[in-house]
Amino acid sequence: MPKRIHSLATTDLPKAPTGITGLDEITGGGLPAGRPTLVCGAAGCGKTMLAAEFLVRGATQFGEPGVFMMFEENPAELTANVRSLGFDLDQLVQQNKIALHHVHIERSEIEETGEYDLEGLFIRLGHAIDSIGAKRVVLDTVEALFAGLPNHAILRAELRRLFRWLKDRGMTAIITGEKGEGNAITRYGLEEYVADCVITLDHRVTEQISTRRLRVLKYRGSAHGTNEYPFLIGERGFSVLPITSLRLDHAAPAGRLSTGIARLDEMLDGQGVFGGSSVLVSGAPGTGKSSIGAKFADAACRRGERTLLFAYEESSAQILRNMRSIGIDLAPWVKKGLLQIHASRPALSGLEQHLVAMHDMVQAFRPAVVVVDPISNLTLERSEAEVMPTLMRLIDFLKQQQITSLFTSLTTGGTGASAPEDSQVGVSSLMDTWLLLRNVEFNGERNRLIYVLKSRGMPHSNQVREFVLGNAGIDLVDVYLGADRVLTGTARVAQAAHERSAAELRREDHERKLRQLAAKRKAIEAQIAALNAEGEAEAAEVKFVIAQESLQATTTQINSAAMAQLRGGSKASNRRTKGKR
Amino acid sequence: MNTMAETKTYELRLYVAGQTAKSLAALANLKSICETHLAGQYRIEIIDLMKTPHLAAGDQIIALPTLVRRLPEPIKKIIGDLSNEERVLVGLDVRPVKG
Repeated sequence: MPKRIHSLATTDLPKAPTGITGLDEITGGGLPAGRPTLVCGAAGCGKTMLAAEFLVRGATQFGEPGVFMMFEENPAELTANVRSLGFDLDQLVQQNKIALHHVHIERSEIEETGEYDLEGLFIRLGHAIDSIGAKRVVLDTVEALFAGLPNHAILRAELRRLFRWLKDRGMTAIITGEKGEGNAITRYGLEEYVADCVITLDHRVTEQISTRRLRVLKYRGSAHGTNEYPFLIGERGFSVLPITSLRLDHAAPAGRLSTGIARLDEMLDGQGVFGGSSVLVSGAPGTGKSSIGAKFADAACRRGERTLLFAYEESSAQILRNMRSIGIDLAPWVKKGLLQIHASRPALSGLEQHLVAMHDMVQAFRPAVVVVDPISNLTLERSEAEVMPTLMRLIDFLKQQQITSLFTSLTTGGTGASAPEDSQVGVSSLMDTWLLLRNVEFNGERNRLIYVLKSRGMPHSNQVREFVLGNAGIDLVDVYLGADRVLTGTARVAQAAHERSAAELRREDHERKLRQLAAKRKAIEAQIAALNAEGEAEAAEVKFVIAQESLQATTTQINSAAMAQLRGGSKASNRRTKGKR
Repeated sequence: MNTMAETKTYELRLYVAGQTAKSLAALANLKSICETHLAGQYRIEIIDLMKTPHLAAGDQIIALPTLVRRLPEPIKKIIGDLSNEERVLVGLDVRPVKG
């Protein structure tokens, strides 16, 4: 494999990486090595900054010292200006990595007579290059010579020679040029001389939000992105978007993450969302989007994962306070360093700037979970054509890094009648899981409903749940289905009470019936006992009668025997019989 | 300055790059102009940037040849081979000697 890469590199045009975020992506590796590149644009569009960063990165990252030849600013001014990007030119100059060279022409003190050339400039540049062994050169901006030297014919010829000379010396050079009037690329037609690579910078203001744009107009001998790309000049220097290229080759981990809400996990196939996936939580104002976001962050911190929360509506103190009111205490995580909250106003800067800031913070903090609350504020005032690719890149970037992301999004006009999902069609296609929160107004109150609109790669619940925010936190409750609507809030509670009392009644009824049955059985048993007793009594009577009668019979027998004795027998026996009686 | 009370001294520096035709022409022209108009009042220093390139930055030399009037102040620069005597005199701020 390394062999193949090597052969590719040798057959392709050799390139000098700029180290500038995004620019190397567009140009497929950097500026043409050993050739001059023209960077042009109107005043204040960032030409000097681009050039300076090219030199600094070359000197610090790629071991290529550079000469900065400036025609407008002086070295002190330039040093101060690029310090805002975090570059210390003084130090680099001391280390002989960068040479600053100020060329100044005062038109008023110059008189011109006869033939001349610009050999002085060549000598100075050559001397500067030799003194530090430079590989890179910046001329910013050579057009100032046109104002200082009256003979433009000589100047043009000499500039042509200068660019040729730079090429011959193998210098990777950036030559800046002021944008010309109308469609002219540069005011003095420098593009005629620098033909290898031309980059234009542009600074536009639409809807009061400024956006800088970069375009590679021409790159001889190399494929390059031809679009206009937004770029930023931030604390860490120049960033051209895409900071990452659009790709769809990220891995798809099978691991699952809990959302922090047990019942919600249950709706998502019982296990929550996929790790490294993107979740969109959209809903009307006050439906609890932020709370879900906070819970998601809380759950991640509980698992010991680093979490980055971007807040575009509330300050971090406000978030901590508000979330505490529903039982989510994020403060310990912040203290522990597991959670970082970055709160800023979306209008503070353009979408690109926010995205670059997010990108930088993600790179620095390396979180496992990112929560953006809400993403819709970032996209205000921007057309979908602009927003989509940028968001797509952000999401792709997060997925490449296997970061699970949750975005909340405010839907407009989504109070029920018009489908709230309509307002999110653009963003939602980028998301793996989409939870929709809705307000239902019924029975004199508003209640929150949640459902899973989609969740790629898992059998998810199709049920609507009521979303309850309380002191104890977030809970999802089964809704009651009435005749033609779902019942929520007090209606649900009333329905539940109603059902409960009905059950109570039924239970009592059953008990009563059982009691009756028992009583009846007892009565019957008593009757049986009575009858038995009666039977026994009668039997006893009969026995008695029988006994009496048999006794009588015996007695009669005895008497008659005695009588018979008496009538026919002795006195003694007669006496005994009398005595017996 | 105080030694030459009445007359000004012209301290001139001619920057050239090697022995090119333009350098030689400039030097010849300069000498002739000075002898004609500034006899005894001038000093010429010739700096060959081919040999001492680091000196170019000090006087902000871009074009060659360049003649720099160091004194009297303010500094004046005349670029070119000095072929136009009138322009050189204007540039040096010298009143031509009627001759």
